[in-house]
Amino acid sequence: MQTETDLIQIKGLRDGLLITLASGEWRALQDLLFTQIDQRSSFFRGARLALDVGSQVLRVAEMSKLRDELSEREVSLWAVLSESPKTIQTAQLLGLATRISKQRQQVEKTSRPAEKGRDENALWVPRTLRSGTRIEYAGHVVVQGDVNPGAEIVAGGNILVWGRLRGSVHAGASAGEQQASLNSGASVSALDMKPARLQIADQIANLPKKVQVKSPQVIGLKDGEFLVKPWQGK
Amino acid sequence: MSAQIVTITSGKGGVGKTTAIASLGIALASRGQKVVCIDGDIGLRNLDVIMGLENRIVYDIVDVVEGRCRLRQAMIRDKRMPELFLIPAAQTRDKTALSPSDMLRLGDELREVCDWVLIDSPAGIERGFKNSIAPADRVLVLTNPEISAVRDADRVIGILESEEKGSPSLILNRVNSEMVKRQEMLSPEDVLDLLAIDLIGVVPEDQGVLVAANRGMPIALEENSKAGQAFRNIAARLMGEDIPFMDLDSSDGLWKRISKLTGRS
Ligand SMILES: Nc1ncnc2c1ncn2[C@@H]1O[C@H](COP(=O)(O)OP(=O)(O)OP(=O)(O)O)[C@@H](O)[C@H]1O
Ligand SMILES: [Mg+2]
Repeated sequence: MQTETDLIQIKGLRDGLLITLASGEWRALQDLLFTQIDQRSSFFRGARLALDVGSQVLRVAEMSKLRDELSEREVSLWAVLSESPKTIQTAQLLGLATRISKQRQQVEKTSRPAEKGRDENALWVPRTLRSGTRIEYAGHVVVQGDVNPGAEIVAGGNILVWGRLRGSVHAGASAGEQQASLNSGASVSALDMKPARLQIADQIANLPKKVQVKSPQVIGLKDGEFLVKPWQGK
Repeated sequence: MSAQIVTITSGKGGVGKTTAIASLGIALASRGQKVVCIDGDIGLRNLDVIMGLENRIVYDIVDVVEGRCRLRQAMIRDKRMPELFLIPAAQTRDKTALSPSDMLRLGDELREVCDWVLIDSPAGIERGFKNSIAPADRVLVLTNPEISAVRDADRVIGILESEEKGSPSLILNRVNSEMVKRQEMLSPEDVLDLLAIDLIGVVPEDQGVLVAANRGMPIALEENSKAGQAFRNIAARLMGEDIPFMDLDSSDGLWKRISKLTGRS
């Protein structure tokens, strides 16, 4: 079952919000978006909104209607991000930005206490992540399934894959712009470790092409060097 | 009647969807089923050519949806099989001429008049793809044993899962067992290992496919073609028969290994 949070992801930017919509029927997604906004109107009121619509193809009529409906809710749409050239063209026609700077894209470091002790939070993902999926989370990420080539996980904490890891992973990623929030103590564990790309904090691993044994491993950093340990049950 | 609606899709283009639809249509019809094939590739229609029916087109799917003709008028009867029909795509429109709800309505109407509706999805994951999967009871993902095609198939499977379309089945097309043996091509096992979905057919690379296509003769009509046989087997499996995977190359045991993988005898 897909939940609403899978369909709509909301992130704080330095100067507004970034909402990422999953793929799906546009009407349904739009309705869901309005419902979310209406339910939390005090949170959204006055917000500057950048909307990532993925591969959704939007025409001028649809996008201007969206903008109007948002502005009725006192939300101002200033950017639309998309993979679809048609949608980008539409946004440009309406005078909206179609790109946001890297800095802006980085999630704002919130001061919620839960974020500080990021050890405490884990995102539970009970399925295989297929190509084209990206998971970004400030705490740990636990996947019960495979991470396929073309899938990506960015976690502020550790990443544990109860399955085969063949996509790209970044553990200990910074939650804001400050290098200080990088977590070089983070680790990546998998039952079968064959990542396309592996990064911990700001270090990118140089993985041997032919990878060794098909047994559980934990990869971490020690004095800035990658340390690969086979997992030993105790 | 209450037809099953089956859509074939792939992510990557040119992997053999149209070839498969035409052959499955022929194979199901020759088993006495009433079949309607729909070309979902608005603006780039070619199922009519592969089926050898391009000269008979009067109305197309957009005409039906926009009410310019009745459904029956857009169903072109096949030359060889009286129970096989094609609803062609519109050539001069684009994919926005149809919506998923148009397709749902059309699917419901067709369910009453035939046993199978086969929809040929365009490549990609945009509107035409969404239209094609909207009415499907069952989706078949078709791919080639090639890394980029498999990657796209994986992406499509992820989308189908998130749209609660149920787990699709896999058709692996253009397998060359010589190349697999020389490890120059991904093996069916490699592909299944990554995609982790049910396998419904493995179709060998067969030069006859192109020759047949150029003559407007779906390969399933060729008695002696191995690709044709593979498509006939898929049709039988769609009808619920438990058909073992072919032994295309008895010397290397590849096909036996596939049988083991899928638990078929
Ligand atoms: N098993 C096969 N052996 C040899 N050639 C094949 C096989 N299957 C398909 N082909 C060839 O591959 C080409 C593409 O096939 P087809 O048009 O069916 O692909 P498609 O997936 O429908 O493409 P598109 O995404 O453009 O709609 C054709 O030239 C066809 O003859
Ligand atoms: Mg085609």
